[in-house]
Amino acid sequence: MTSKTLTTSVYDWVDERLGLSELAAFARHKTVPVHAQSFWYYWGGISLFLFLLQCFTGVLLLVYYRPGAEAYESVRQITFVMHFGWLIRSAHAWAANLFILAILVHMFSVYFMKAYRKPREFGWLSGMALLGIASIFGFSGYLLPMDELSYFATKVGLEIPAAIPWIGPAIANMLRGGPEVGEFTVQRFFALHVVVLPALFLPLLAFHLWLVQRYGNAAPPSEEAKPVAERKSIPFMPNFIRKDLAMWLISLNVLALLASVFPWSLGHQADSLVPAPAGIHPEWYFMSPFEMLKLLGNVLPGTSGEIAGLLLFTLGIALWVFIPFYDIKKPTGQRARAAHYFGLIAVFALLATTVIGYWTIR
Amino acid sequence: MSDHVVLIEDSRIAAPEDDGERLSRRFFLGAAGAAGILYTAALAYPIYRYLASPEEMALSATAVTEVTLKDAQKLPLGSVLMFKFGTAPTMLIHHEDGRWVAMTAVCTHLGCTVQYEPQADRIHCACHGGVYNAYTGANVSGPPPKPLKLFKVAVNDTGVEVSRA
Repeated sequence: MTSKTLTTSVYDWVDERLGLSELAAFARHKTVPVHAQSFWYYWGGISLFLFLLQCFTGVLLLVYYRPGAEAYESVRQITFVMHFGWLIRSAHAWAANLFILAILVHMFSVYFMKAYRKPREFGWLSGMALLGIASIFGFSGYLLPMDELSYFATKVGLEIPAAIPWIGPAIANMLRGGPEVGEFTVQRFFALHVVVLPALFLPLLAFHLWLVQRYGNAAPPSEEAKPVAERKSIPFMPNFIRKDLAMWLISLNVLALLASVFPWSLGHQADSLVPAPAGIHPEWYFMSPFEMLKLLGNVLPGTSGEIAGLLLFTLGIALWVFIPFYDIKKPTGQRARAAHYFGLIAVFALLATTVIGYWTIR
Repeated sequence: MSDHVVLIEDSRIAAPEDDGERLSRRFFLGAAGAAGILYTAALAYPIYRYLASPEEMALSATAVTEVTLKDAQKLPLGSVLMFKFGTAPTMLIHHEDGRWVAMTAVCTHLGCTVQYEPQADRIHCACHGGVYNAYTGANVSGPPPKPLKLFKVAVNDTGVEVSRA
């Protein structure tokens, strides 16, 4: 039997049982719109790829990482003793940052293309939930090395839930595993980071991808206004997937470059008796809320400022999350500009406070 | 990916103009395949070395040729001291007749740690009932296929030196 006939007969055997050709036929009919904004379609795929890289490098780190009292020592060992441990750790940390960046790009492109509108409301909502979990991934993972920066970042970060009236302190203590950030905090953040969050994230991600598959890529309103004959598209299989994979390869190269040229550092071991180092600041993706709280603190000092900040954030996030329910398609086909301006203001506020945040680091 | 690009350009130069089409296409596919393999290898190598790190550390530990056991000369008659020679479990036996013997404590059958039994003056493996001679390490009965390896023993006032035989 030649290798070709062998391959065909194996394929036929599997196909008969799993219906691969139905799947292939289905995939052939899937198309992706082509227009001036098509570039933004890749960012969801890039986010997905970076997530997969996180899982992969995370499992590699899990091979040597020990939570609890030995956390710092084990990360020191990974970074300085194990061959290429520094690279694996650096890739995990860099991929985390690129992941958040890709999600944000993806979110804003969806927002401005109004891809959250009917029937894609659940796509938007599940995406927001995924972003929420991703930021908890980032916050919990940040503590795991237990160096100075992780320690203070966690200490400061947990002051935010602690500011919630009445129940805040109890919540913060529950998250910390006691009144102080220490080995119990690392242990429970570890459980959160590697078990609880993946268990929440994965099914939600599957739901999100299923919705993308079900409704396809949304075209921006300017495209939808065109007559059907004038709209262009390409087949998903193999044209779009090929471009998607090329984007993945580019992302992998960017990650490899960043991780090897700028290895992620490991500070001194966390010590509650050592004062916070000068110029300490949150990661870039938490810089904006940090700066907003700081600015608000200047206007409204003390607890009232913190509570006002929390209320303002909650309101802003709620407005953002529930956009599909008040920015709906007008039957007259008139373009709704309010959501567009709200989006621009949000982008401006995020960028401005981030820049101010970095500007004022001493 | 830089070598990828270079290879493609090479193929253009190398391909003869007349019967070019097929040849350069083949060359391109070959070059792309080679670049792909190189790329995968470049990713796989650090991961392999990372995962193999403890193995390499153990290798340097097994390079040990001599172990000094402080105060082991005080070991009572008819008793055993378990210690690690490099990474390998090893035992030092002080027999009732005063003789000193050191041998590996890893059963040659399936690798369980064996036990010295002073009453029977034998070495026994609880896993599958292997029995060794407590003086020579010879496999006496049960499944073990090979004897336990002996070490050289030198006793002095401060301790016992065990070295490879």
